[in-house]
Amino acid sequence: MWAEVAVVAVKLAFVLAVMLTTVPIMVWVERRGSALIQDRLGPNRVGPFGLLQPVIDVVKLLTKENLRPEGVQTFLYLLAPVIAIAISLSTFIAVPFARDSGLSVFGQPVDGFIVAPNLNIGILYIFAIASLAVYSVVLAGWASNNKFALYGGIRASAQAISYELAMTIAVVGVLMSAGSLHLQQIVDAQTGTWLGFLPRWNVFPQFLGAVTFMVAVFAETNRLPFDLPEAEAELVAGYHTEYSSMGFAAFYMSEYLHMIVGASLITVIFFGGWNLPWIDIPFDGWAGALFSMGVFSSKVAFFMWFFVWVRWTLPRFRYDQLMALGWKVMIPLATLNFLWVGVGLALGYF
Amino acid sequence: MVTYVFLAAAALAVIFAILTVVPRNPMINVLSLVVLFFSMAAIFAILGMDFLAAIQVIVYSGAILVLFLFVIMLLNIRKVAPFGSGRRWQALIGTLVAAGIGAMVLVIAGLLLPEQGSVLPGVADLGTAVPIGKALLSTHLFAFEFITLVLVASIVGSVYLGRREDR
Amino acid sequence: MTPAELVPVPYTWVLALSAVLFAIGVVGVLLRRNGIAIFLSLEIMLNAANLAFAAFAYRFAAGHATAAAAIDGQVFIFFVIAVAAAEAAVGLALFIVLHRLKDSIDVDRANILRW
Repeated sequence: MWAEVAVVAVKLAFVLAVMLTTVPIMVWVERRGSALIQDRLGPNRVGPFGLLQPVIDVVKLLTKENLRPEGVQTFLYLLAPVIAIAISLSTFIAVPFARDSGLSVFGQPVDGFIVAPNLNIGILYIFAIASLAVYSVVLAGWASNNKFALYGGIRASAQAISYELAMTIAVVGVLMSAGSLHLQQIVDAQTGTWLGFLPRWNVFPQFLGAVTFMVAVFAETNRLPFDLPEAEAELVAGYHTEYSSMGFAAFYMSEYLHMIVGASLITVIFFGGWNLPWIDIPFDGWAGALFSMGVFSSKVAFFMWFFVWVRWTLPRFRYDQLMALGWKVMIPLATLNFLWVGVGLALGYF
Repeated sequence: MVTYVFLAAAALAVIFAILTVVPRNPMINVLSLVVLFFSMAAIFAILGMDFLAAIQVIVYSGAILVLFLFVIMLLNIRKVAPFGSGRRWQALIGTLVAAGIGAMVLVIAGLLLPEQGSVLPGVADLGTAVPIGKALLSTHLFAFEFITLVLVASIVGSVYLGRREDR
Repeated sequence: MTPAELVPVPYTWVLALSAVLFAIGVVGVLLRRNGIAIFLSLEIMLNAANLAFAAFAYRFAAGHATAAAAIDGQVFIFFVIAVAAAEAAVGLALFIVLHRLKDSIDVDRANILRW
């Protein structure tokens, strides 16, 4: 039993290390990427191409004064950033990130490159934990004793629960065609080709579901064009107005961690996970596992860049437009995708 | 090992149930209930019902309690009357009644079903979504469709009750 | 985790927990004056009932031959969760209306219909 625990602990440590080091890299990508899109330079003084900028940012955030404004409800104020980080780190344990073809470590089978291999309700677990992320926003807004923070908190939570529905319905089509809730089986169902020339990724037959899911993930992670809860020009900083230094760092980190999980979900559910487009991974064993991890990482990296790209290209939605889009457009489109997959399955095409 | 996890989840459940009932701050009550639901989901998972554990967290913690939080924020409820205030005798009688109900359940359970012990090997994969989905759409189809109507009725009802009469 | 392996939790312990939670919920409903707190205690009671269903589903799942017969306990828990969601929505709407009328959700003040 202790060998199993050790294998899970190593996988968990690896996943946490990768996630926590990706956050500073994303900070750099965001700042240089936004500069590229806006035709300016971006940070280029600290280290080559400004690569040490995130390090300096962390030092700055750590050494800032840790304020606690007067009138805040202390317990809830301190709990909110803790929930934010804990939730965003906990969702990744059900995501498979490499191919496992029966590998074993010191006699103990690796059992899939996923931290929780026997969780046969994989994607429901991710949605369950992600739905708890609303609490960090709501508590931050409420405990801050600040009207603007409260508005930001309420808007963010209303947005989150509205788009959660669209996100869940958009995935149901994939669940029906793959026949399982386990993400590893969803990825395994996306090998091979479709009609001979398209890779068998779920984005091609279920394009509507993929688009709905991606838009919903943008809304869930509070990224532009859905970032009204933290709109700088309107609400100061939204629900995290009253936080400084480590509290703000926690919310900032949790936003990027949510982005990583969202990008991984898009990759795994709709874009084939670690499968290469037309060919199978030629290696076997550990080389194959590492190669597949590289393929997965490059796809996730592309979607993270896509998040940054969209942020600096599109303007922000107004709040009523945002809610109307969530309830009156996204949910019907997701249901349409679900019906389309149902008809396809009944006729034997999927 | 699993027994210890169950005992920890049970202890957490009881502690946070008391924290839901006794403290005066409504936010603390709601957050304790979130932890209670989480420990209930853990107990469901220990008993082999994975799908229900996930549904418990998604529906109860992730939706119903967020609704409670919204209402508390909307009505701006800060501090409320203390537990059992103004009802001294009722407090005593109420606690005795509750203890009596609890003891009764325990005694009935102990007398009618005296066997304790582990569950026997049974149908595999009973906790996934597949058997529940099949049952909902075949044996329990009428109840499933009726629940849909109940939910629609509750949506329409709450929207109607919550509307503002400005004119 | 499937029930096809021996799981060392006696189902009577789960029933005992359900009884304790139910008792705590009853105390909450009887003794709190705040409407929201009464509602939360009600949710504790519903969950205790769910736990009782789960205990019996867990104990008697082994006696059935097919999954279709053994799943009834879990289906009932599912329905209880759905009904609790519907009732929470309507109940909270009612509390909002009460607050608009009386500017307080103290249930002791909702006494207009008394004899």
